[in-house]
Amino acid sequence: MNLDMTIFHQAFFEEAADLLAELETQLLRLEEAPNDIELLNTIFRCAHSIKGGSATFGFTDIAHFTHGLETLLDRLRNGQAKVSGELTQLLLESLDQLKSLLAVARGEAASAPNSEPLIARIDAAIADSEGQKPTIAAVAAEPEIANEVQRYVFRFVPNRDVMRQGSDPILMLRNLFEMVEEVQVRCNRSNIPLLNDLDPEACYVSWEMEFNSIHPMTSLLEPFEFVSDECEVSLTAVAGYWEDNAQPVTTIVAAPTLADSAVQEVTAAAASSTAPAAETSVNAAAKMETHTLRVSTDKIDKLINLVGELVINQSMLNEVVQHFEISNLPRLLEAVAAMERASRELQERVMAVRMLPIKHAFGRFPRLVRDLAATCHKKIDLRTTGEETELDKSVIEMIADPLTHLVRNSIDHGLETPEERIACGKNEMGVVSLNAFHEGGNIVVEVSDDGRGLDKDRIYRKAIDRGLISESDPMPPDDVLHNFIFHPGFSTAAKVTDLSGRGVGMDIVKQAVQGLGGAISLSSTPGHGSRFRIRLPLTMAILEGLSLRVGDEVYILPLTSIIESIRPKAGDVRVVAGQTEVAMVRGEVLPLLRLYQFFGVEPVVTEPTRGLLVIVENDGRKIALLVDELIGQSQVVIKSLESNYRKVDGIAGATILGDGRVALIIDVPGLYRNVMPAQPIMSTAA
Amino acid sequence: MNSNQVDPVNIQAGSTAENGQYLTFSLGDEEYGVDILKVQEIKGFVPTTRIPNSPHEVRGVLNLRGTIVPIVDLRRKFNLEPVEYDQFTCIVVVVVQERVMGMIVDSVSEVMNIPSADIQPPPDFGNGLVGNMLRGMARTGDKLIILLDIDAVLLGDSVGMAMAA
Repeated sequence: MNLDMTIFHQAFFEEAADLLAELETQLLRLEEAPNDIELLNTIFRCAHSIKGGSATFGFTDIAHFTHGLETLLDRLRNGQAKVSGELTQLLLESLDQLKSLLAVARGEAASAPNSEPLIARIDAAIADSEGQKPTIAAVAAEPEIANEVQRYVFRFVPNRDVMRQGSDPILMLRNLFEMVEEVQVRCNRSNIPLLNDLDPEACYVSWEMEFNSIHPMTSLLEPFEFVSDECEVSLTAVAGYWEDNAQPVTTIVAAPTLADSAVQEVTAAAASSTAPAAETSVNAAAKMETHTLRVSTDKIDKLINLVGELVINQSMLNEVVQHFEISNLPRLLEAVAAMERASRELQERVMAVRMLPIKHAFGRFPRLVRDLAATCHKKIDLRTTGEETELDKSVIEMIADPLTHLVRNSIDHGLETPEERIACGKNEMGVVSLNAFHEGGNIVVEVSDDGRGLDKDRIYRKAIDRGLISESDPMPPDDVLHNFIFHPGFSTAAKVTDLSGRGVGMDIVKQAVQGLGGAISLSSTPGHGSRFRIRLPLTMAILEGLSLRVGDEVYILPLTSIIESIRPKAGDVRVVAGQTEVAMVRGEVLPLLRLYQFFGVEPVVTEPTRGLLVIVENDGRKIALLVDELIGQSQVVIKSLESNYRKVDGIAGATILGDGRVALIIDVPGLYRNVMPAQPIMSTAA
Repeated sequence: MNSNQVDPVNIQAGSTAENGQYLTFSLGDEEYGVDILKVQEIKGFVPTTRIPNSPHEVRGVLNLRGTIVPIVDLRRKFNLEPVEYDQFTCIVVVVVQERVMGMIVDSVSEVMNIPSADIQPPPDFGNGLVGNMLRGMARTGDKLIILLDIDAVLLGDSVGMAMAA
């Protein structure tokens, strides 16, 4: 086949990742409900699909590995084997192996651990389930004949619909013929109907043939792997020639259990020889990987309806405008209003296309918690709520790692051992909760535990050690103290034990969250646990903003960072140390930043009492921005300034105003970096 | 130096174009030319939005059908006297290194075929900024056309693009 498969690889990887996630979820449920036959069926189907996909796209090692797994699952499904703790562990380990193999195929990892020990264990489990051990015999038999010429009888009766399902029997036979010689073929045409009744898309013929081959049966049957469920495929090794009336030696009938993993050594050898070639093509595929998104057809149908509505609105508008008289004004206004409604809804729906439920990020945790519980010797109950809360796809992808870190943190440091818990009068089962919900235009994700809570004394001492506060300072209030753990280099090892010694600190988590335009905060009660709260914007493409005027320029300030805006009275703005200006707002002293100075705008208002102070907050620190006036609040579409230009200090991006002009969006965290680079953390509290 | 990385690309493009087509425009008393393949469109001058904390020659950004496009004033770039923008003032939108950028010129003249044989290498200014921005000089009739290496002009250090590249 000359068809370039690499273009389909991406689709396969995505599907496989989904299937693996499903497999994992179901396997974990299997631990609790070992006799649920429906569960076993689902698990089997996942494995079967992965095997099918990997074989089609030429990932032989994955297909080979999954094949054994599938056989074992089939035994489970048929009740020939029993689900046990040991077996579930084996299945989970196999799942991990599959993940590594897939990572290699994607070009993300250089090599995967050797599959053979696991395959051997799977085979052993299969053999156990049979009582007898025919597979062992086959292992012995197969390599012997592998390199010798063997005569085979082959029968292939394609299903009538085989071509409609996208398979071409001729292609399969051609692939087979590359491996065989001295072929004698009989084609059975007796089923071909008269031309009147003939369906041109149906397959009416079948074949019987005999050939010599040095290839093992599994390789010979490989081209037919995909149709083996629907078509009759049988391959029989014969001692001599057809005419000799020879006795069949071994018969393998293609069925789901076809071609036992018994031939592992042979196929593994074949796989390793083809591996370098496969790897290069996969690397090429990984390079041209594009980000794709699966969208439910439901969402797309709604979009199409809306676009239809928009087109109708537009033609209505055209008609009104073409023969416009002033008496038609109400109709025009009506048409414009309808247009606005439709385009607003279109905007919302298009944004919704990018939204995925957060369970995509939560999905990995049951397994993580199960494994961590085992290594930490703790009993953990993971509770998740709000899994259906939708978030932008890119946000979900980027929030997964910080969340993982928080969950590990809660388990490692937060939860006590069962003995300690009982001693404290708590249930020995610790609870880790993941909650997601909407809150005022934001998505909030919480990771909480009912463990021991943060040790304030240790953090206080550590902060003094690191010079963040001086020894003479009193113990700061809780929120300031808690914030120290997000400080770079403020090692988590300061808190009790550290099992894993990961190099990732809480500052990385904080950076990741801020990179998404979000914020993280923490509350903790000693003895009752702690709670991390991540607040994220709904989407990164649209922003609720306040437009404001500075001189004769218009800027957009993200609404989420604004606390309030006030008109200062005379005397509210003071100069400190002859340079820095501060604003007194309800007794609080805030640094003042004149935006026209920072942005180099020709000023119109320089007297604070004639302008407005907008108080913004980032990171728990507030500053007052002096602007000329506020224009209004609106949703703006964020456009990148960097794609054609570069990053500009104090500017997060650009947007297009209603009149087509460009307005710049103020980067609030950036203001802090540029305005007060050397500001000590304790500025407001000290 | 960003412009040094840009150069090989242009040399290659120049050598393959036996009969290069150039868009010519005027700026002050001089006539300049840029490779027509780099030009995306020409539009009349419209007010731009100033970008704070940017170099002087970057006049601002423009909304070009939903894309934010930075606009460089070539007069400012070449240290020429500022003039009032009039009905001849144009923005030439070019694509350099996959970036869409605009440049303000006094007026656009024409599209010319210039055989590579008519192009002389630029006089040796040393390896300074000026030398890097020129691709050559072409004489057609009594006119001398200065052919610009537009990548070096727009992506050179002084526009502040080096930080982005």
